[in-house]
Amino acid sequence: MEMLLASAVGVLTAAGVYLVLRQRTFPVIVGTAFLSYAVNVFLFASGRLAINQPPVLSDATAYTDPLPQALVLTAIVISFGMTAVVVMVALGAYLSSQDDHIDDRPEGEDDAQAAAPAAAEEARS
Amino acid sequence: MSLFLIVALPFLGALLPGLMYQAGRNACATATFFVSLTAFLGLMTHMPAVMAGEVVTARVEWLPALGLNFNLFVDGLGFFFAALILGIGMLIIIYGRFYLSRKDNMGEFFTYLLLFQGAMVGIVLCDNILMLLIFWELTSLSSFLLIGYWKHLEEGRQGARMALTVTGMGGLAMIGGMLILGNIVGSYDLTVILENREAIQASPYYIPALLLILLGCFTKSAQFPFHFWLPHAMAAPTPVSAYLHSATMVKAGIFLMARMWPVLSGTEAWFVIVTGAGLVTMVMAAVIALFKNDLKALLAFSTVSHLGLITMLLGTGTPYGALVAVFHILNHATFKAALFMSAGIVDHEAGTRDITRLGGLRKLMPVTFVIATIASLSMAGIPFFNGFLSKEMMLKETTYTTLFGQPLLVPVLATIGALFSAAYSFRLVAHTFLGKERDDYPHHPHDPGFGMWGPPALLCVLVLGIGVAPFLVEPLVFTVTEAVLGSAAALPDEHLKIWHGVNAALWMSVVAVVGGVLLLAAFAPLARGWAKAGPFAAKDAFDAVIATIVALAQGITARLHDGSLTRFAAIFTLTVVAVGAHAWFSGTPAPLTRDPVPLSGPEIAGWLLLVIATVSLLKWHRDRFYALVLMGVVGLVIAVGFAYLSAPDLALTQLSVEVVTVILLLLALNFLPRETPVESSAGRRLRDGALAIGAGLCTGGLIYTMMRGDFLAPSISAYHLENSYKGGGGTNVVNVILVDFRGFDTFGEIIVLGIAALVIYAITEALLSSPVRARLLNRPVEDVAGDPHPLMMVVVTRVMMPIVLMVGIYIFLRGHNEPGGGFIAGLVVAIAVVMQYMASGFAWAEARQRYPYHTIIGAGVFVAGLTGIGAWFFGAQFLASSFGYFRIPPFEEFELATAMGFDLGVFLCVVGAVMLSLESFSRLARRSDTEVSEYAMDIDPSREEQALETGAQAAGKET
Repeated sequence: MEMLLASAVGVLTAAGVYLVLRQRTFPVIVGTAFLSYAVNVFLFASGRLAINQPPVLSDATAYTDPLPQALVLTAIVISFGMTAVVVMVALGAYLSSQDDHIDDRPEGEDDAQAAAPAAAEEARS
Repeated sequence: MSLFLIVALPFLGALLPGLMYQAGRNACATATFFVSLTAFLGLMTHMPAVMAGEVVTARVEWLPALGLNFNLFVDGLGFFFAALILGIGMLIIIYGRFYLSRKDNMGEFFTYLLLFQGAMVGIVLCDNILMLLIFWELTSLSSFLLIGYWKHLEEGRQGARMALTVTGMGGLAMIGGMLILGNIVGSYDLTVILENREAIQASPYYIPALLLILLGCFTKSAQFPFHFWLPHAMAAPTPVSAYLHSATMVKAGIFLMARMWPVLSGTEAWFVIVTGAGLVTMVMAAVIALFKNDLKALLAFSTVSHLGLITMLLGTGTPYGALVAVFHILNHATFKAALFMSAGIVDHEAGTRDITRLGGLRKLMPVTFVIATIASLSMAGIPFFNGFLSKEMMLKETTYTTLFGQPLLVPVLATIGALFSAAYSFRLVAHTFLGKERDDYPHHPHDPGFGMWGPPALLCVLVLGIGVAPFLVEPLVFTVTEAVLGSAAALPDEHLKIWHGVNAALWMSVVAVVGGVLLLAAFAPLARGWAKAGPFAAKDAFDAVIATIVALAQGITARLHDGSLTRFAAIFTLTVVAVGAHAWFSGTPAPLTRDPVPLSGPEIAGWLLLVIATVSLLKWHRDRFYALVLMGVVGLVIAVGFAYLSAPDLALTQLSVEVVTVILLLLALNFLPRETPVESSAGRRLRDGALAIGAGLCTGGLIYTMMRGDFLAPSISAYHLENSYKGGGGTNVVNVILVDFRGFDTFGEIIVLGIAALVIYAITEALLSSPVRARLLNRPVEDVAGDPHPLMMVVVTRVMMPIVLMVGIYIFLRGHNEPGGGFIAGLVVAIAVVMQYMASGFAWAEARQRYPYHTIIGAGVFVAGLTGIGAWFFGAQFLASSFGYFRIPPFEEFELATAMGFDLGVFLCVVGAVMLSLESFSRLARRSDTEVSEYAMDIDPSREEQALETGAQAAGKET
């Protein structure tokens, strides 16, 4: 079981890193989401694995570690908040510049493209 | 007065002039003066105890675990310096009031001055070296503000920057030295450190600590080769120069050397470095000073020279040397402050402080002439002035000092230094005040008002008083010296007196004074030679060094951090992987002691699903909708995995968050391009792939070893499991941790979530009030679904709504004892509401929304905070929960816990945050041509029938 989970974390991390290194905003956002998955599972697994031992007090004799679960629970919700903010920032950038590249491109390459809407805006205002 | 108050007064008082600068210059100066006076009088209340040899302490533990305590103590040395700082401070305040012009902001000036004063008093009264370091840095910062006070002067700004760079660098080194010292002794309390001379000097870290601390002292006290900043700091207003460079800032390094004298001195290293640096500084600066034409530059270099003298005396490591050093600190502070002030007066009244344009001021400014002459003669070391006494004793000490095996080296150099010192002192008087009266002064010079000559005149009284009757200050000097020596040495059997008999020191003195006069007589040809030799400008070297460092830093930054996210993400990943791999291969991993959890069929299927989905996503991620679907699959597998691995709460959370995230990304994709074009080259993709695989292997390997190994330290989880029911009243330990044990964390987290939602709202607002709005409203219509609000979906979501809400409430209520709770309930309810938006349209849903989402977020934080504060009224800590069991017939007995109030806050905050984010995205989606329908469904047979019945009016309304 440990091997499966560890390899899954590895695959999720690799996918996340690869996507984060792309050049458009959307794959980068998906990449950060994958990194969040990997990190959350990683943190959860740091409490060691157990089957059928939920940390809900009952007549059972053993429980799994509740602490990483509590930490990961808030982490999942916060990572939604983070994703939402990043998506909004990416969207704002795209809508304002009509370009969803993650980095500024070298000079000259996108001048013609970027100048057109900017000029149009100036004319409007 | 409490020592704390003495240190705090200048800092608190610094607010006064800043706040009342509009009340006028007199009001500012008066307030500042009384702040200093109060602190000074407070210090004087400790005088009897200090003079009796007692040490007054005031202690407050601040961060005892770090050894950082706010401990203060005053002994002879601290008292002496604090009295100098506050006493001369008061004179400077009066002088500064009259020196600054109407154009200068007096409030700002005095605020800086008091900040500086407080930092200095802090240094000298501090008993904890960590606090001392903080005050030390504060003097660097506040002196930066003071030196650069005339912001319009370029030299002022440059001088301030240079002073900050040099003293800040020294301070940084000193931090290292002090920490080493604290580690050797095992305490950061200065008084404890001072008692551990043997331990420190025997430690192998003595030399590094000594070097680092001396670096701090030398930079601060402008010792060679760090002397160059001080003359450039002369661009400051003269009151600042007089204060910083006579009694305070530059004396801080001297103070620290004296303070650390009992533990650091007496070794060969100390002797060679300190005496050597002091001697070189003294002679070199004295020679340079003679040829400076700017009065203040002359005084600056003479200050450097005298600091060198004191440093040299401290370096000898003998009790007599320490005694002379203390005495000279006192004498130098008096005559040098007076000289700076008279130089300021000349500058102020004659309009220039260039010696070549001055001369003959004797009759025009008689009062200033007398003051400057008294102070200069003291500096030159003429009998009956206090400078003579300490210089004489200094020369005597040098005759006992043998450096590098040469018994004559130190005395000869010291005599040369004294000779040049006499020469520049005579030149100061002769070339400024004597000679023929001129008619080309920039202003017509005259004596200033009493406010400006009073303070230096008072100092001159001291100069003469000490010079004629040195026994008056003898008790003080001896007490201070005793404090310097500490337990390391006994006080020398000496007395301060004018006539020591005919001895070597007297002859050396005679040589110095006569030589000084001769040198002045031959000044003109010498100055020409000096100018021809073209003295080395330290500033150019400093600028070159700084330029090189800046270029280097910019070069590295430009390569690593050029603004490209892709680039530094790659560099970051590579670094982490490399460092991790290094640690892995160079260390021994913990043994795999835990038995693996056995495998069965279903989890392999789940794993396969996850891996296939991830790999497919990598392959086809350019189709963004497809990527989204695959991402959903991965999220679901993870949720199921959580459920399988005994984490039901996580499973529920992951599931609901997944839904919300996918909705969010779908909304975003509405505006973004649907496809990602191919842009990266194959090589680049290969590189990224290699990086990604490396990162994956690292994390995977790390978590595998972690899972198979045991905890290195006992986990605190057992405590949570044990006390969850007893203390928190809940059987769902995860929920009890969230709302009780670690409730404060959760409180912070819901606030962060709320802030994130507000950020999204704010960006939306900003976008919608920018030109983007027009573009959004008029964007071309792409393939629109035939019916945006399908009848079946509308009906189903509306039927489902009460059921989902009930599920939400159920999950919320059971959360304390069963899987569930505020987070999950909040997400479920949010999904139910979002479904209404999706099915029936934004306008319809918005019209039925009763409370704005901001309010819901705020209410959530408010309720959670209120629950936490409620615990205070029962004497418990913030957010400590309590619970009880109640029975209201006919219901069964049930539990009520205050944690539920907190969980309600969490619930509200999550609902508000999720809804506000999604709503913001949807608001962007509105177009100009969208019909805002007040009906949930576009097609509604019953409505049409009704319309037919009621006639054309209603039918018109429908379209």
